[in-house]
Amino acid sequence: MIIEHPLLGPRDIHEFVYVGDASLLNRPKWDSEDAEQKFYEYMYLRKNSAGIHQELWFHQQGDRSWLVVSRNTLTHEIVKVDMVSNIVKEMNL
Amino acid sequence: MYYNFFKLLKESFHNNNGWNKTWSNPQIKKKYDVIIIGGGGHGLATAFYLAKEFNIKNIAVLEKKWIGGGNVGRNTTIIRSNYLLNQNEAFYEFSLKLWENLEKEINYNAMVSQRGVLNVFHSDAQRDSFIRRGNGMILNGADAELFDVNKIKSIYPFLDFENARFPIKGGLFQKRGGTVRHDAVAWGYAHAADRLGVDIIQNCEVTDFKFKSGSCIGLQTNQGYIEANKVGCAVAGSSSLLMSKANMTLPIESHVLQAFVSESLKPVIPGVITFGAGHFYISQSDKGGLVFGGDIDGYNSYAQRGGLATIEDVCEGGMALMPMIGKSRLLRMWGGIMDMSMDGSPIIDKTHINGLYLNAGWCYGGFKATPASGWCFAHLLAKGYSHKLSSNFRLDRFKNGYLIDEKGQGAQPNLH
Repeated sequence: MIIEHPLLGPRDIHEFVYVGDASLLNRPKWDSEDAEQKFYEYMYLRKNSAGIHQELWFHQQGDRSWLVVSRNTLTHEIVKVDMVSNIVKEMNL
Repeated sequence: MYYNFFKLLKESFHNNNGWNKTWSNPQIKKKYDVIIIGGGGHGLATAFYLAKEFNIKNIAVLEKKWIGGGNVGRNTTIIRSNYLLNQNEAFYEFSLKLWENLEKEINYNAMVSQRGVLNVFHSDAQRDSFIRRGNGMILNGADAELFDVNKIKSIYPFLDFENARFPIKGGLFQKRGGTVRHDAVAWGYAHAADRLGVDIIQNCEVTDFKFKSGSCIGLQTNQGYIEANKVGCAVAGSSSLLMSKANMTLPIESHVLQAFVSESLKPVIPGVITFGAGHFYISQSDKGGLVFGGDIDGYNSYAQRGGLATIEDVCEGGMALMPMIGKSRLLRMWGGIMDMSMDGSPIIDKTHINGLYLNAGWCYGGFKATPASGWCFAHLLAKGYSHKLSSNFRLDRFKNGYLIDEKGQGAQPNLH
């Protein structure tokens, strides 16, 4: 697969490390009432959807940026790539 | 139909015209006592042991495509029981014992071949961890031997013993491990289950569960509605998709694992060898092809095919272990979808819904577990509580901390 890096253009997935579902960006608050349940869900449970899947890729062998890649898990087609830094700004974390 | 020598003899005189179908193609009934979703190795084995060992009648196995078309026909056919943790080892040893007696039990030639599994190690630290694993195996009634380099050289002279980065220092050997003809496992269990009256329904995809006051009472399928007292799901690879219809989210990611076969060669590898430095395992099929594999591709996937990056990685592993493999040509490769659980161990458990049971999370070690998985899942379905060997494969272990993390690597879906 080739990932279209927003800054660097098309890059081979060899250069990246796959980290998993982009929901990992939503780390629960440690001091909330239901933190135990929330962290269990955050750590272990995955939607694991068939179709478009938003996931984190780390450009380890490149500029070491973090990307959110929207990819179809049925066809491996990549439909969208964003910088995590932009996503996080939008999410207002 | 029952296969035996006299039948074979008779048919050889009658132009092989008298063979019946290996399993029948029955009409779906309106109601079953137990429905197994998933006509793979685990589902068919479950149905067989339910009928044979737990005396349940009126069982159906529903398969969305054709039986044996999923992971039971896509793996590298290795059987072994060489785990470290007691929760795993006792279970896999039970499985290996069932493999040893399988063909008689199902009246089908599954080509069970206990040709020995050798895990080579490359450093002192790795030797120590393999010794520890070997001791764990022996404590659970399995067999394990430590081989030194000379012993390995006498069996596998072609390995790259003097490799500068990964010299081979010895190996952990399990003599009773080996290979099994994987398709024949699906066909054999189907054959045996069919003889015991199990309905095997192909091209029957479950589209929804039917619930009534907290219980699962039936299934909506593309062939109509079927009532069921109990439903067992054994659809590893697609477990998350199926269980999402019951509003369950599982501690599982689906990943693609590739397997490879070379062109046919004369006999060269008598057993199964695994590389200790990278991830590479190889054996030779009776047709002569070298059957090998390595790591999962590493990203979520439901496509039953993988990428070139992993093919390169696997072949590099092969070259590092046995450079002669570079002279053979790759004939074909394919992918299967794995339920990668978050601690590398499987799940055989009830769900919070009455009458709905789950067999999932086999990572890429499900094939060797087929008989024990079927047996233990059948036990759970028939009796309502876990078999003692699968009592640790709980669905709630991720929540309460009783993980079965063979390598001690923490929560990540790339273990096995």
